[in-house]
Order: sequence, then structure tokens, then C-alpha cells
Amino acid sequence: MTQYIPIIGLEIHVELKTKSKMFCQCSADYFHMKPNSNTCPVCLGLPGALPVPNKTAIEWTMKIGKALNCKLNTHFKFDRKHYFYPDLPKGYQISQLDKPICGEGHVEVFFPAKNKEAPQSHVKKFRIERVHLEEDTGKLSHKNSTSLIDFNRSGVPLVEIVTGPDFESAEEVKAFLEELYTIITYLDVSDANLDEGSMRMEPNISLTLKRGVFPDYKVEVKNINSFNFAKKAIEFEIRRQTAILEKGKTPKQETRGYNEDKGITFAQRSKEEAKDYRYFSDPDIPPFVYTKGQIDKITRDIPELPLARLTRFISSYGLRDSDAFQLTRTVNTAEYFESVLNECAKEKRKELAQKIAHAIINKRISTKLSPKEFAEKLLESLTPKETDITLLKDTIDRVLARNAKAVSDYKKGKTSVIMFLVGQAMREMKGKADASMVRIELEKSFKNN
Amino acid sequence: MDLLGASLTSIVQALSDKKISAADVYDFFLKRSKHYQNDLNAYVTILDKPHAGKVKNNILHGIPLCVKDNFSTRGVRTTASSKLLDKYEPPYESTVTKRLLEAGATILGKNNMDAWAHGSSTETSDYGPTRNPWDTQRAPGGSSGGTTASVSAYLAPAGIGSETAGSIRQPASWCGVVGLKPTYGRVSRYGVIAMGSSFDCPGPVTTTVEDAALLLNIIAGNDLFDATCSDYKRPDDYRIGMKKKRKLTIGVPKEYMQNIEPSMLKKVEEAFEVYKKMGHIFKSVSLIDPKYAISVYTILQRAEVSSNLARYDGVRYGKNRRAFAKEAKKRIMLGAFTLSQGFYDAYYEKAQKIKTLIIEDLRRVFKDVDVLMSPATPTTAFKLGEFEKYPFFGEVMDVLNESASVAGTPAISIPVGLDTKGLPVGMQIMGNFFDEETVLNAAYQFEQETNFMDVIKKGINNYV
Repeated sequence: MTQYIPIIGLEIHVELKTKSKMFCQCSADYFHMKPNSNTCPVCLGLPGALPVPNKTAIEWTMKIGKALNCKLNTHFKFDRKHYFYPDLPKGYQISQLDKPICGEGHVEVFFPAKNKEAPQSHVKKFRIERVHLEEDTGKLSHKNSTSLIDFNRSGVPLVEIVTGPDFESAEEVKAFLEELYTIITYLDVSDANLDEGSMRMEPNISLTLKRGVFPDYKVEVKNINSFNFAKKAIEFEIRRQTAILEKGKTPKQETRGYNEDKGITFAQRSKEEAKDYRYFSDPDIPPFVYTKGQIDKITRDIPELPLARLTRFISSYGLRDSDAFQLTRTVNTAEYFESVLNECAKEKRKELAQKIAHAIINKRISTKLSPKEFAEKLLESLTPKETDITLLKDTIDRVLARNAKAVSDYKKGKTSVIMFLVGQAMREMKGKADASMVRIELEKSFKNN
Repeated sequence: MDLLGASLTSIVQALSDKKISAADVYDFFLKRSKHYQNDLNAYVTILDKPHAGKVKNNILHGIPLCVKDNFSTRGVRTTASSKLLDKYEPPYESTVTKRLLEAGATILGKNNMDAWAHGSSTETSDYGPTRNPWDTQRAPGGSSGGTTASVSAYLAPAGIGSETAGSIRQPASWCGVVGLKPTYGRVSRYGVIAMGSSFDCPGPVTTTVEDAALLLNIIAGNDLFDATCSDYKRPDDYRIGMKKKRKLTIGVPKEYMQNIEPSMLKKVEEAFEVYKKMGHIFKSVSLIDPKYAISVYTILQRAEVSSNLARYDGVRYGKNRRAFAKEAKKRIMLGAFTLSQGFYDAYYEKAQKIKTLIIEDLRRVFKDVDVLMSPATPTTAFKLGEFEKYPFFGEVMDVLNESASVAGTPAISIPVGLDTKGLPVGMQIMGNFFDEETVLNAAYQFEQETNFMDVIKKGINNYV
């Protein structure tokens, strides 16, 4: 079979959690609201109503752009994108075409070392083509022969992020999306709630035989709202397109949907029906002009981003790559880790960091405790226990008597059950025993019997 | 008090002096509006009970106004003279009508207009044409023809119209009333059913210049619901600047004095003589030929129309797209064409560039003159049905109005006499950006100096 190289690019839509919608004063939080109760003349697109842009949404888009290392444009504008769909009340969506808020940028994604296949951690850079701001549509629901429209979501600010065609596998896409998700949550500009559709992605996929040579078709898969579905849809597309190419044919340029239940993509719209959106500058919204100074001021206070923090955790505390990666997936965990560390004596921090990381990642100690309590508990667990040997022996006898099956398994050679028995004994001793001591005593008693 | 022909300003005074009651005033105009509806068809909707709102001051206490039917009025049918919106009652009030209601005014009716404001004769209305009070065989002009006819026949003491290019000034000229188009962004568009969004501009239609200034006082100013509305400073009271004794430098663009009906041109030149006698200085100036403004305006406006009308997709408002009449369909198609891929650069983009040239042209000339004067229209009122003979009738009729609309500068049309057919002649006064004060000043000086404005009264006398 010929070895094809996938070329994958992404369009990602992120709903912002601003207080109000993009162009009116309705709430941007529309969940669990009675249909069409969160609307006004503007987001219903009533005759004569006019859009007034939300400044916070613009500033947050700049922050996203900064976090994605984008060029932040001082001049940008909004355009009308025309198409007919019942959930689009004006017959056009207010979006951005040729002068978006953010231009080119890139995201570096950290791939932590895995066992044999990838023994070394590595960082891969993916290009961002643009980041722009637009408005969300209403929502359609179909029951039997009736279609209903709910405009509660109409006009919610939506950030569109377009990447370069830089991904070569579904895994890379998934890792990128997770990194992007983490960045967005660090910036605290979106609920980023995948179940509620506040982050939606559209991969475009094609296959080539040679890197840098683009085939003359592209397949776009629309509206996927989970990273796993994105991964599965891409894997499916790679298989489907490979099969077509193997037959000596070229896959059709088209837009496809993804069926979550069947795990397959299906044709929606072909190139012949490609749309002409008849874009033009929205005359209702004057173009924006910011100074570099204003933009710097707006984007200055973005937090330390996940990759920077991860790198720092490795270099300052000597954490293992995969642990540093895990700790930095949410701001709260990363900050909690450092707060716990700060509770420890300065000279012991480097030594304790890895242990704290493990205790957090493996949930050995509850992170609901205050960092101080967490630190105390950790230190306590590290101090060697004085074990009451008499009590331990009694306990072991009880545990063995109660777990006849485990004992017989052990005797048949399944020695791994010993850890289970250690656990049982530790629990009976309410943790007041040293685990290695318990193990030694257990093994002794097996020999004696 | 004899209400017939009384200015808005004098009725405001009489109401404040309690010489007359608000109910009597309303009754007087309601009766006239109903009585002449058959002859003139100036309204789409006449309101037995006044449309009123929350009152914040009493500047216009008890004054009934007529308003073009493209201003959203809460709970009052608003059709833009299209059957597509036949049953549409907006759930909100336009900023302009809201401000008028807050000043104590009421609305007694919604005026007929060209459907969606597409036209210059009010003949494209789905509710039948409005007739010119001076000669009911003639068109009142448009698209605010219902409003100018109402004020001309004194069915209301004043009204509010809107312009995209000439839709206040041209019918004001044909009906012999005062029509002011303020600077784009001076008056909020919020709630005005959009035609060409980058040109649309609400403005007063009145029987005197002072009345226009009074209404402008109320409707002008920034609006947080319209991002294109300007916070540029405005006078507290336009009437103060209007009444100053000023010597003006008046420019006459020679390109605007061509192809004018001779008896119309004669009246306008007589008006110039009046100004000269008063000591104002005249200067011949040159502007970009107004025919280019027609092309620019037509391309940009059609593009915006095709976009603005996209929302009437058959899902809401109870009517589908078949309810669009011929003119709207033509404009949607032309606009969709010019915005299409491959044509955008040749039409829309190029028109935008020429728009910039027209703005620069006017800025240049206003360095040398205070105002520009010309006829308001190439001819006086046409007979009904004439417009069908010309594919771009409106654009040609509005040729002298379009540069101010494309650039966004203020301009007024005032009546300066009657032509040989006995029809009103309108003169246009154009001013610099946000300088409505000087435009009003020039118009007011003429009004004070002459009795030419009495043409309005003569018209009213046909409707006693």
C-alpha cells in the first residue's frame, strides 16, 4: 500500500463568556434559558435594529491572539457574510474577512515522552493563519415535521481560529486542540465547555505523497464538538481517502458532516454548490483603529501560558516532563502545585517537588486541602513510621484469614496479590505502619505457613 | 387660534400659553389627515389614538407629527410601504421617534413612501402612490413623498422623513416644503428600516426653517444604539446660530446648474439675486460632475439593499420573498451581482474609491465657501407614471442631491417660488460636515428676507 502523508488544517470556533452578546446587551450566557427569552431587536435582526460591537470581546480576541503569538492588527473591521439559513436572522453573519483582529501566529505543542515509541519529549510548532471575531447563530431543532428556532444563542461572540495545514496525524490534531483548550482556559475568556458546544472544530483533510506538495482537493468536516470525535473523524477520513486514492481516483472536494454514533463522515455539500458569501464591509460598524500602545496595554496582563509554565517547572524544579505536562493542564492545578511548594522549606523544595507532583497527579492527597495542610500531610507521609510489630502480626493473621482466595492465589504463584494484602493490612492499621515492613512481615508469614 | 398654516413653532407657543388644548390640536390634524386621505393617500396608517410615549420634557408638548413608515414605532404597524411587512408591529421604538415622544410629541400617522424607500416618486409603494397636493395628477417625489405631501397639505404641522440620497430634499422640493438632511451620523438610524446603511439619514420636513431647527434640536445627537452615530459636538439650540446676522460666502457649482428646466433655473437664480442684494458674496466653484455621484451611489446603495433585505427570507413576518415588488427584486439582483466574486473589485471596491474622491472634493470646496447653492432638483414635479419610462428615474431625479449623500454632508431644500406651471421650485443649500447651523442660517436669512416661502401657504390654501 502506498504511504500517504495527511495534510490537515483546522478552523476552531470558541464562544467567549463576555457578559453581553457581541452586538447587543443580551446576556452571552444562554444555557438553560427558555427559548427566545434571551433576545432583543438586534440579535433577532429586526428591521431597523443596528449592531454595536462589544469592546470586551474585541479585547479578549486580542488576548487570544497574543497567546497564540499572532500579529495584532492596529486596523481591523467587520464584514457581512451572506448566506440563507433559518438560524441566521439577518441573512448575513457579521464576521471579519480581509482585516481580522489578529494575523499570523503560531502555537508550540509539547509532546511528553512516552515509553518506547517516543522516548524523548519534543515540541512541535503549528502555524496560526488568523484569529477573528464574529457572531454565533441561533439554534435549530427538528421534531417530526416541525422545525423550531431558538435565537438565544444568536449574537454570542465567537472567535474563529484558523491554523496552517500543518498537522500530519489525528494525534497531532488532538494534542494541539488540547493545548489550545488549555490556553483558552488559562486566559479565562471562555467557558470552553465542549458538551455545550462552546468550542467547535472543523478539520480539513487531504492526502499527499510528498511533503509540501498540496493535492488539488480538500475535504472539510463540519461542526465537531469533541477532541475525540475530531480524532476519529480524521482517522476515518484518512482511511476513506486512502481507499479512493488507491483506486487511482481523487476524492471529491466537499464539505462533510460527522456521525458520532456510527463514527463516520458523510457528504454534505460539494464544490459545485460552493457558496459565494458576497462579503462587504458592514456599513453599520465603522472600522477600528487602535494604537500599538493601546493593544500592548490590553494584552499585557495575560497569565504565564501552559508551555512556559511547563518549561519552568522542568528547569526550576526538575520535574519529569510528563508530570510537568500534567500539572500545567489547568491553571488551578499548576498554581496549587506551586503554592504547596511554597509551604515547604526553601532548601527542601527541589527535593520535594517531584513528590508533591506525584501526590497531586495520583490524587494521593486531596487537593481540596489548603496548600499548607497538603504540605504537612505530605511531609508526614514521608516520615518513616514506627510500626507496632505485635499489632502488625495480629493484623496480618486477621487479613490472611479473611482473604483465603488471595492466599491460595499467592501460593499458586500469583505473587502480585501481595500488594493487595499489604493494602488491606495498611488499612486495618489505619496507616500507622511502614508499607515495606508490612510486606516483609507478610512474606515471612507465608514462608512460615 | 387659527391652526391652518400655523408654524410648528407658533403652535408650540400657543399650547404652552394654553391658548389651545393638545386634544384640539390633535383633533384638527387627525380630521384633516382622514379627510384628504382619499385624495392624497399620504398615509399607510392613521392613528385615531395618538401614539405617545414616556415624556421627559415638554418642548413639543401636544404636537402631533407624521412620520415616514420606515421608522419603527412600538406596537404601531410599520410597513416601509411593503406588503411584506403588512402586519408587522415593531416591539421597539426608533431612537428618533423615541426622542420626539420624550419631548411630548405624539404621532398621528405613518406616511406612505416608496416601498423600502426604493424610489423618488412614492409610486413604488405597495399601498398605491401618494399624490402631489399641488396637482393630484403629479407625483409628490420620494421616497418621503407621503411626509412632504402631508406637511404641504397641512395634514400635520411637521413630519419626519428619511433620506438615502435625496429622499427628503427632492420631495420637499416638489411639494414646496422645507426638507433637511443632516450630516450622516448626526441623527441616529436605530429603528429606521435600513435602505442604504452608509447613507441613510433621518431628517425633518417642515413649513419653516425655524421649525426644522426645532425638530433637529430634538433628534440630533449621539446614540449608543447606533455605532455610526457621531459624538461630534452640537449646538445646544440650532436656532441661536440660525438667527445670527452673518455674511456668507456662497459657492455655486457650475456642474449643478446644467440640465435644469429653464423656468426652474430662473426661480433659483432670482433667489441668488436676493442673497446678493443682502450682501452675501457669490463664488463660482467647480465640483466633480454629479453624474459620477449617481454611479457611485447606485452601486453602493444596491449592494447594501441586497444585504439589508436578506433578512426577509420568508421565515418571519408572515410573508415570503414573493411579497417583494418589482423594484426591490431589481435592486436585490443588481446588488447581489455587484458583490459577487469576480465583480466586487470592478464595482463595489471602485465605487468606494470614488466615494473618497467626492468627500475630498467637498472638503476642498468648503475651505473657500460657507455653503453651496443650486436647484434642489432638475425639474419640478413629474406626472404620475412618468417614472416607469426611466430605468434609473430616482437616481436621475436625485442627481443634485447625491454628492451630499455620498459624502454625508448636510443639505436643505427650501421653496423659492413657483415655475410657469404653478409648481413649487426648491433650492438646495449644502453645508460642510456637521455644519447644519450654517445651512439653517442661510435658509433662514432667505426666509426672513422674502415672502417666497409663502408658496407653502399657497399650497395649503388648496386644502382648506
